[in-house]
Amino acid sequence: MVVEVGEAEARPKIIGARVQRVEDPRLLTGHGTFIDDINLPGTLHIAFARSDYAHARITRVDTADAAAMPGVFGVFTASDISDLFNPIRATSRMADYHATELPVLAGSKARFVGEPVVAVAAESRYLAEDAAEKIYISYEELGAVVDPVAAAEPDAPVLHDDVGSNVILTRTFMRGDVDEAMASAPIRVGDSFRMHRKTPTAMENRGYLADYDQGRRALTLHSTSQVPGIVRDALVEMLDIPGNRLRVVAPDVGGGFGGKGALYREEVLVCVLARLLGRPVKWLSDRMEDLMSTNQAFDERIEAELACDEQGHILGLRAEVTGDVGAYSAYPWTATVEPVQVVSFLPGPYRVPHYRGRVRGVTTSKAPMGAYRGVGRPISTFVMERLIDMAAAKLSLDPLEMRRRNMVRAEEFPYKAASGIVWDRAGFMECLDAVTERLDYQGLRESQAEARERGRWVGIGLASYAELTGLGSRIAVAPGMPVNTGTESANIRIDSSGAVTAYFGIASHGQGLETTLAQVVAEELGVRVGDVEVIHGDSAIVAHGTGTYASRSAVLAGGAAIMSARAVREQVLKAASHILEADAGDIDAANGKIFVKGTDKSISFRDLARAVYSEMGRLPREVREDIELEATRTYDPFFGTATPATHLAMLEIDPETYQVKILRYGVAEDCGRIINPLIADGQVHGGVAQGIGAALMEEVVYDDAGQILTASLMDYVVPTAAEIPSMEVIHLETELPNNIGGFRGMGEGGTIGAPAAIANAIADALALNVNELPMTPERLFRLVGKQQE
Amino acid sequence: MIKVTVNGVTFEREVEPRLSLADFLRHELGLTGTHVGCEQGVCGACTIILNGDSVRACLCFAVQADGCEIETVEGLGTVDNMDPLQQSFQAHHALQCGFCTPGMLMTGVDLLRKYPLATDAEIREGLSGNLCRCTGYEHVVQAIRAVVEANNGG
Repeated sequence: MVVEVGEAEARPKIIGARVQRVEDPRLLTGHGTFIDDINLPGTLHIAFARSDYAHARITRVDTADAAAMPGVFGVFTASDISDLFNPIRATSRMADYHATELPVLAGSKARFVGEPVVAVAAESRYLAEDAAEKIYISYEELGAVVDPVAAAEPDAPVLHDDVGSNVILTRTFMRGDVDEAMASAPIRVGDSFRMHRKTPTAMENRGYLADYDQGRRALTLHSTSQVPGIVRDALVEMLDIPGNRLRVVAPDVGGGFGGKGALYREEVLVCVLARLLGRPVKWLSDRMEDLMSTNQAFDERIEAELACDEQGHILGLRAEVTGDVGAYSAYPWTATVEPVQVVSFLPGPYRVPHYRGRVRGVTTSKAPMGAYRGVGRPISTFVMERLIDMAAAKLSLDPLEMRRRNMVRAEEFPYKAASGIVWDRAGFMECLDAVTERLDYQGLRESQAEARERGRWVGIGLASYAELTGLGSRIAVAPGMPVNTGTESANIRIDSSGAVTAYFGIASHGQGLETTLAQVVAEELGVRVGDVEVIHGDSAIVAHGTGTYASRSAVLAGGAAIMSARAVREQVLKAASHILEADAGDIDAANGKIFVKGTDKSISFRDLARAVYSEMGRLPREVREDIELEATRTYDPFFGTATPATHLAMLEIDPETYQVKILRYGVAEDCGRIINPLIADGQVHGGVAQGIGAALMEEVVYDDAGQILTASLMDYVVPTAAEIPSMEVIHLETELPNNIGGFRGMGEGGTIGAPAAIANAIADALALNVNELPMTPERLFRLVGKQQE
Repeated sequence: MIKVTVNGVTFEREVEPRLSLADFLRHELGLTGTHVGCEQGVCGACTIILNGDSVRACLCFAVQADGCEIETVEGLGTVDNMDPLQQSFQAHHALQCGFCTPGMLMTGVDLLRKYPLATDAEIREGLSGNLCRCTGYEHVVQAIRAVVEANNGG
């Protein structure tokens, strides 16, 4: 069902309309096609024997009992498959970065609990799991590497002998002379901050199904991937199969949040075994495997200090960051992606004249760190926004006024931030104003004062930030990475039935891109949303495309959609001018009809396609040969887009249970021109919910031996409907002149702002310093106890 | 041999005692709308209605369903004729990736049949056994609220 647009209106506005999603009917009736809904005859199922140890030499593997079990087709160790593919490493041109190997199965050494060591292929998952239990692996422990600060010391056990140190990356961002600025500053605040480890926890676990066609020597991988193009290109190198016989298809994918946005060893393994065994090979993660082995996030330690003058103007900021990057550098983003973003985004949306941010990334025996929603910025925003509030408290200044005095103003754009990021014009201050006005900040402060008089622990927190989204070719998504993340292509085609199909290299996994991109194509081409079929998530449909990550798809694929739709429209008008015998400039198209303006002469897309493709004689040959109802265009936003926001949280802490209840939550964000307000709201709601999880409950815990203690959803706690408040969302639509569609990326933002806003609100409620997240009831109880001592 | 009625159709099948009810529905009957998210009864994606109550299909064995009446998402409306709750989910954008959605719908059906759902807090409490990572629940609550109001003649 789509929004009906009046026939009378010549150019209906489809971009910006609350169009109901075209994906929904299939997903609501149980007719989606997720990875486990694809069943190929003769499929073999994989189960893994995974490492029980955090860091150990593998001394002996006994697979005889497992191999002898009925229904088992093969048992594979690292040495059994090492000749079947070329190894891969996540490389980067960044100085002071050392790539680690990314083995498919652990060979001589296991580096984290849950690392796959042996794979069993059997007739069913039940039988494969039975057999995996009969695999006996002997280990010699090499000492768990759990604390990244200790792991950076020269005497620590080293995870990757070829790298020679656990410190695999260092980088510094600098402006001015921060030490001098700090030394002479009248006001200084600082602390040691800690954001604990998190995991994406998409509702659908990862899964892969490889199908090898022996006759054509062609491989199709069905994968729960956000990045089928990146996976295809990596597998081409690893398997020596050219891209025209290697296809990676993402079916309906049940959420990703970055966790499905990398190449995984299990997906390489199913491809290797499908080619070896000549049968389809499937692996589906269970939840325990997901919590142990999907790329994790955050886990940063930050020493930070902020200096300002007596009026609250920032003079300097310095930070030392240690990122715990886990056991391997994830492909293709590398281990740099999160820690480097912590220091490149730390100055936030503020004028910071002197800055130094130093970061190091340290390997530990934990699951690898990947690119989870927000990437680095939930941490940088938490730290900077706490520092702003700490400085405001010291100056007895309202946190809102402190932000106003330091935030980049409208007349200052383009503004080069202290870390070198250039902020193009965006509604920084406007977001701060909008959310505080809409939620009546002063009124909230008054009701807070009343509540506090009655002894209630009520606090209010603000968090402002800006992120770079929709990155073009000038700025890589991860520093120095060799994969191009700055362009996306669209191919739009009108076939001989007059139907419009639009092919994209992105891979929607919940964002509703089948709808939003259809809206863009429909508006540009002059058809209805329901007339456009959007095909995505398949490496075979465009020559190059990477996927959906880094808040890029609306910007890049939306831009490519506009460019190709305009090119096709030109062809449509050219054909129509011959058929309708009018000047192309007098012809328009809307609602699936092509018409001569101001007349009743018109033709449908269907009849036009017939005239071009089928009814020979309606158009002269030379005209027909000049018409191509198809176009491919590639969009490169070059720098990318700035997306700012301010979050406001009001909450109350239960003095008995130390449970935090969020009373009010508001977000004002500037995503540029909105394609679909329903979907934009949904992205903010979902992002905020994950940010609330990061602020209050979600934490991956490893003990001192490197054992993971949060390997079930009973131990790794994600928020339910009972913990998430109703939210008020305000969208600003600041114009974006240098971008074809005017769209800014906005998928990650909710998760960036919420942890900081909640941390500030808790600190405000209890007048204490919150320097660690998630602030679980236990942690809060101890913090209050410490303060009372 | 078990005999189970699913969405009004009776099936007789021989099953292994350890086969979960979720796997039975998905793999034996081909009803892949019921999703498996954790196999530990926490996430609620596999929620079905068994003899009138919402249950986790991952925590039941198929043999335990012998003689039972089961409703799954496939028993609600069709793509061309969705039932009011499904329509409300679409109208309010109450789903994104759609993986948790069948479980959300079946829990929603159960809640709407049994409780007045006078406040949003009641709806949220009722949904608290179904995890969703995409929507932040806001639109799900709105979608159920709209059906409550329509049922109350509002």
